[in-house]
Amino acid sequence: MRITTLALAGAFALAGIGTAAAASPTLEAVKKNGFVRCGVNASGLPGFATVDDQGNWSGFDVDFCKAVAAAIFGDASKVKYVPLSAKERFTALQSGEIDVLIRNTTWTLARDTALGLDFVGVNYYDGQGFMVPKALGVKSALELDGASVCVQTGTTTERNLADYFRKHNMKYEPVVFESSNEAIAAFQAGRCDVFTTDRSGLYAERTRFSNPDDWVILPEVISKEPLGPVVRHGDNEWGDIVRWVFYATLEAEEYGVTSGNVDELRANSDDPAVRRLLGVEEKFGEYLGLPQDWAYQVIKQVGNYGEIFERNLGMGTPLGIERGLNDLWTRGGLQYAMPFR
Amino acid sequence: MAEAVRPRPSEVLPPVTERIGPLAWLRHNLFSTWYDTLLTLVVLWLLYVTLVPFFEWAVLNATLSGESKDDCAPGGACWALIRVRFGQYMFGLYPDSERWRVVLAFAILVAAMVPLFLPRMKRRIAWAVALILWYPPVAYVLFAGGWFGLEPVETANWGGLFLTLVIAGVGITTSLPLGILLALGRRSEMPTVRAVCIVFIEVVRGVPLVTVLFMASVMLPLFLPPGVTIDKLLRALVGVSLFASAYMAEVVRGGLQAIPKGQYEAAMALGLSYWQMMRLVVLPQALRLVIPGIVNTFIGLFKDTSLVTIIGLYDLLGMARLITTDPAWLGRHAESYLFAAFGFWVFCFAMSRYSMYVEKVLAAGRERR
Repeated sequence: MRITTLALAGAFALAGIGTAAAASPTLEAVKKNGFVRCGVNASGLPGFATVDDQGNWSGFDVDFCKAVAAAIFGDASKVKYVPLSAKERFTALQSGEIDVLIRNTTWTLARDTALGLDFVGVNYYDGQGFMVPKALGVKSALELDGASVCVQTGTTTERNLADYFRKHNMKYEPVVFESSNEAIAAFQAGRCDVFTTDRSGLYAERTRFSNPDDWVILPEVISKEPLGPVVRHGDNEWGDIVRWVFYATLEAEEYGVTSGNVDELRANSDDPAVRRLLGVEEKFGEYLGLPQDWAYQVIKQVGNYGEIFERNLGMGTPLGIERGLNDLWTRGGLQYAMPFR
Repeated sequence: MAEAVRPRPSEVLPPVTERIGPLAWLRHNLFSTWYDTLLTLVVLWLLYVTLVPFFEWAVLNATLSGESKDDCAPGGACWALIRVRFGQYMFGLYPDSERWRVVLAFAILVAAMVPLFLPRMKRRIAWAVALILWYPPVAYVLFAGGWFGLEPVETANWGGLFLTLVIAGVGITTSLPLGILLALGRRSEMPTVRAVCIVFIEVVRGVPLVTVLFMASVMLPLFLPPGVTIDKLLRALVGVSLFASAYMAEVVRGGLQAIPKGQYEAAMALGLSYWQMMRLVVLPQALRLVIPGIVNTFIGLFKDTSLVTIIGLYDLLGMARLITTDPAWLGRHAESYLFAAFGFWVFCFAMSRYSMYVEKVLAAGRERR
């Protein structure tokens, strides 16, 4: 008797979840439109969002837009890209002009609360770093006592720099510039020993130098810039979808599922984790209000996290960014998917 | 007597040889004093140290073909970038297969404007007014599609030089009539009309265009009911047009004030109505006086269109910037920006030359330099 009641209660709870998932107004609107409206970086950020020779959007952030579309429609191309400047991005999300914002946006307390936004995860752990000429022979930022540092004025970068040197009791001479481009030009011309900005920016800038190999990026990361996809407050089911699409890419990498072997693994794998992820077992798709093969489509069409990273930012690209903090937790990084249970 | 007064024709002597010829010109203009000589030498040296490396970079060491920056020789310009991306500089993200529509629309415009430049053409004004009335709907249908089996193309995908011309064209064609009305309103004797015009002109001139665009793109959506969105390009177009008309109004007012009071009085004495007086007597004279100011405003407006990049629209400059962020072409800023600058210069210079020509034609009766 008790067992029946429990089972019944469970069934009702599940049914309740099912209807709640289907009731996500954003998902309904997305399905009605036939595409996901994804906010991307309007001025372009090398490796994260840009257009290729054919005029197609590509990049690390863009691939996560595609992943969301693949999960919902089984078609990664059903994305409408809405280029947004840094100032417009939150308004566009609040006013419903876009469904999800994947635009190298740092997760901060104020944005998460006061702006009425929900960060669903961190797809890229960025942070401020230092670049020096190789000829300087410096291996660590702690050896930079007395150095002159080129930095863009009026940014958090400038304040982080001051904090870092004060904390480590080192002296430095700031050489400040109005724009980032001026600072880089001065750095290249030898007016300062060190250039500092976000590390993804350092890698991107380095590729523009005439001899990229003559410059090194120091291992220290002196600030936290967790970048991630953002959705509106109040539609939790939609937030769940974006969050678990992101986790699916991580989970796939952790269990060795790639766009190349996903078909074979779906047919033959005995690993319960892989079977759950690819929708062979359990009904995760139903809980999310998505087709049962949602994660399969994400991995098949866009790839796992490692593939997305290597394709857009990794050592094979002109940017040549190491995984570092963005490696899986199993390899000493911070990327960690919640269990698919 | 008369014979004594009439001067005898003097013998025609050849000019002194030191005063003509290239050498004399050089001596007279460039080396006439020691400081002239010094200045000349310094300027020549400056030209040498800047132009020679630029020429080497832009022409001698330049790479014209290739698929990515790796194909480009170091130390030289990478014009391959412009070549590969030329379509994007011109049309932005407008789909390849639909670009003929944009070309067709511009071809129609050029063809329709030919009669305006024919010297013997009668009723030019009527033709121009008709053009302003029928052309925009035709162009809109071609650009945006959705009718007559044309595939719809969202305004978000309009870009490059095409978008620059759309914004500048709309701004120019709306700002002149609006500006004239505002200028007349500001000088009107009806207090309400005058007050409204003064407030509009002073408020709009008192804020930067960037602010207007930001308001249109960031604040406006927050005031609209949820789900209602106004096209971003439309918002920008309205902002740019209103902004330009406030400036235009002040330029036209300058012309109106330069017309002597006697002209107004004479027109009224002839029994002309207000609009007849303005149309037949005052405005033709006033506008002719302020052609340089009007064209100046047009050129300013044309260049101001590049500000729409801050609201995520890709005009020529925005496209040039976006293209440099492709990892395949990273670091090729100079080429991209130079090309965009060249594009802007071509149009601004053409406008400036055309205005000089118009001034010359219209000022035939009162040459004054």
